[in-house]
Amino acid sequence: MKQVSLNNVVKTYDKQTTVLHNINVTIEAGEFFVLVGPSGCGKSTMLRMIAGLEDITAGEMYIDEQVVNDLPPVKRELSMVFQNYALYPHLTVAQNISFGLHAKKMSKATIQQRVEDVAKTLQLTAYLTRKPRELSGGQRQRVALARAIVSDAKICLMDEPLSNLDAKLRTHMRAEIKQLQRKLGITMIYVTHDQIEAMTMGDRIMILHEGEIQQIGKPIDIYNYPANPFVATFIGSPPMNIAPATIRADGFFIDEQFILPNEMNERFTKHHTLVMGIRPEHITHIKTKNAHPLPITLRNIELLGTETIISFAVGTHTWHARMPGQWALDVGQHLTVYLPSDAFYYYDAQTGELLKKATIVGHFERLGDL
Amino acid sequence: MKKTYLHRVSLYLLLTFCALLLFFPIIYAFFISFMTNTEVMSGKLLPQTFDLSNYYKVFERLPLVTFLINSFIVSCTVMLGQLIVSSLAAYAFVFIPFKGRDLLFFIFVSTMMIPWEATMIPNFFIIQKLDWLNTYQGLSLPFFALAFGTFLLRQHFKTIPYELYEASRVVGLSRFAFFWRIVLPMSKTSLVTLGAYGFLTTWNMYLWPLLITTNDSVRTVQIGLKQLQSQELGTDWGVVMAGVVVVIIPTLLLLFIGQKQLQKGLSQGAIK
Amino acid sequence: MKQLTHMRSALLYLLPSLILFTVFIFYPMFRTLYLSFFLTDAKGNASVAVGLDNYIHLFTSSQFLNSMKATLLFVLYTVPLGIVIALFLALLANEKLKGIGFFRTIFSSTMGVSVAASSVIWLFLFHPSIGMFNHVLQLLHLPQVQWLVDPDWALLSVAITTIWMNTGFSFLIILGGLQNIDQTLYESAQIDGANYWYRLRRITIPMLSPTLFFISTISLINAFQTFGQIDILTKGGPTQATNLIVYSIYREAFVNYQFGTASAQAVILFVIVLFVTILQFKLGEKKVHYQ
Repeated sequence: MKQVSLNNVVKTYDKQTTVLHNINVTIEAGEFFVLVGPSGCGKSTMLRMIAGLEDITAGEMYIDEQVVNDLPPVKRELSMVFQNYALYPHLTVAQNISFGLHAKKMSKATIQQRVEDVAKTLQLTAYLTRKPRELSGGQRQRVALARAIVSDAKICLMDEPLSNLDAKLRTHMRAEIKQLQRKLGITMIYVTHDQIEAMTMGDRIMILHEGEIQQIGKPIDIYNYPANPFVATFIGSPPMNIAPATIRADGFFIDEQFILPNEMNERFTKHHTLVMGIRPEHITHIKTKNAHPLPITLRNIELLGTETIISFAVGTHTWHARMPGQWALDVGQHLTVYLPSDAFYYYDAQTGELLKKATIVGHFERLGDL
Repeated sequence: MKKTYLHRVSLYLLLTFCALLLFFPIIYAFFISFMTNTEVMSGKLLPQTFDLSNYYKVFERLPLVTFLINSFIVSCTVMLGQLIVSSLAAYAFVFIPFKGRDLLFFIFVSTMMIPWEATMIPNFFIIQKLDWLNTYQGLSLPFFALAFGTFLLRQHFKTIPYELYEASRVVGLSRFAFFWRIVLPMSKTSLVTLGAYGFLTTWNMYLWPLLITTNDSVRTVQIGLKQLQSQELGTDWGVVMAGVVVVIIPTLLLLFIGQKQLQKGLSQGAIK
Repeated sequence: MKQLTHMRSALLYLLPSLILFTVFIFYPMFRTLYLSFFLTDAKGNASVAVGLDNYIHLFTSSQFLNSMKATLLFVLYTVPLGIVIALFLALLANEKLKGIGFFRTIFSSTMGVSVAASSVIWLFLFHPSIGMFNHVLQLLHLPQVQWLVDPDWALLSVAITTIWMNTGFSFLIILGGLQNIDQTLYESAQIDGANYWYRLRRITIPMLSPTLFFISTISLINAFQTFGQIDILTKGGPTQATNLIVYSIYREAFVNYQFGTASAQAVILFVIVLFVTILQFKLGEKKVHYQ
């Protein structure tokens, strides 16, 4: 098992465009680490730098204790799964899996043994003599996985490996990859733009935006305590409701619409504006303790069966609320919803810094064995 | 992955060496076109001065301007003709499902296997019977239909989603309107490739103009070169090379501008 | 009913091609075949039916057999070497380096030089007294070569010229093929630690096989159709050492006015090209990898 650390790593193209700024992160041995962000945020570049396919403009990269900045990919002893799988179309599945082993000049018997083992693990035994074009999308994906794990490398890099699969297969492969990583105990660095993949697969995730780290942490911590408005709206679906608010003596206002009374402690009095946010599931239709009424007009209703998502205008912003169960509602209907003051997040309007977390989250209850 | 310094230097050396070797005949021809006869005879590599007198001479001794215009007219005509005829055929092969389409396409492709030279004797007599010797149509019309062009465009048209065609039918666009307003604009790159290819091959054509031009009226530059070479052989190489330079400059320019395009377009047709 | 309208409009779009193909390819092909069984008058009309006599005459004529031999030798000289050179240049020009576009342009430049222009340039390079080649030989104190006049050298000289002329086109096609190969295949191989030669052998060449197949077919057919460089460089000489088949057809028809035997030769050319193409496809099918 191997650890990967990046120390002030920078990537600049043509000495002008900086795509990654001062990346500092340590990926622990045996960890499933997910790099997530919108397209163009630099996550693939970072992965390719770890692979050695892109060079590092400044900073150091370590694998365990060794500086690997100038080490060619093969010497880094890692494997990689590409978005398009990069299968050799002219080779059979078995030849594809063994390609790297041949390049490393292993004995024929060892190679065959390894290919058979891996094929068994990934249920590819029946397809070993086929060409990639004769396989389904899911099978190709498995061949790419097989090729990555056959080398026995302790670090595995994956660049959006599930993006070419349909939704059902994707859910299935998520679980399969996660299990495989646990079983083999490898260090996994996984790039995706899909926040659900990040949430469900990662031991820890790192959110990247415009080449800068936004937050690193356990998925649930990131969900509960998003470090800035970007993370708050990136993780979670529908996203957190967010809007800049004005603080006056008589309350918090969004575009002149009254939201909460100003019962806040002095911490915020130096701010005249801040960004307030509330997760859709914390907006309720029942009055609870500390909840303040907000009259709304329904703009859209999504009946999903287990829950109903409604949208409405708050000032010039569109907010969502998620209500459990099925509700008979009409567009244009007037309604009152309740906003619990302890469900609000406050961010600095200039820096985006998290000033106050919501306090109703983070209370886990354990399900006991029967 | 960064290449090592040594690796890069050796690549550049190899590239430069190959480029010099390959380009030498062209650059040498260019130099000779500025040399006086005595310079040529003494086997010099570089001319003493860049003197244009050979160029004056070559335009005096040959109706080179007429030849250039002829070549230009014939090349453009063939280019346009090929584009029109090939794109119409390719469109039918992709967007009209008719009986016997595959068979007909096979017949089209099979014409690629008939070397044009094998049919030149009857073709010569056809042009003669039509009284088209020494005419532009005689030089250009036989080359309008091009299986390669149809093939290349068909490959490209096939990448246009059929739904687009259906959508245009739903809004009431006629079949020809879809061809003219959607398919052609969407295939600009392939059309440019084919156009450049057609222009280049026609400009460089040799045997056919040799057969059907008997006087200077519609004669093309390539035949002009042959004339020049046989007139001046052994006497004035500077003048001959000046002629060569004048003839190759248009196509070289076309190639330099369109190299990337041509390479992409042609290899697309080659592979699929 | 719908079928019929489809048919009608399809024919409308195909009509120009069909007419032109019929008039300038299919009819002449059959006419050539027809003429090959006749003696003709000076206007190219069939006058005396002679059955297979034209063919028998050809296959017993040392002149024609010699022309066939020269053609085959010429193909052998130009095609494999031409492709290897173009492949080498394309591999070189496919490296990611600054200013590589310039080299690509230079390597493809011979495509922009016509047959006639190239031939004239090389005629000078081959010139026995003032040509570059003999100059170089002189500098190296080697004996002078009569490039285009010596029957042992003439065909080779024409072949060299032809290889040079075709390099640009072959280079362009092969480079295009190389650039169509998915880069991630190489990245994946790099992570596996495959070296340059291993990648070349196991990825590049197999992935390039359709392109190589295409260019070898085109080069073969082109080689059989060689005319311009012969007409300018050697006129089929010396002692018919470079009398390639198309040149031979041209002489027979338009210099000697023997349209019957010329047509017979044309038919033979057609059969050879057809045979070579079919053979190529039969062999190619097994070896070539298509995606």
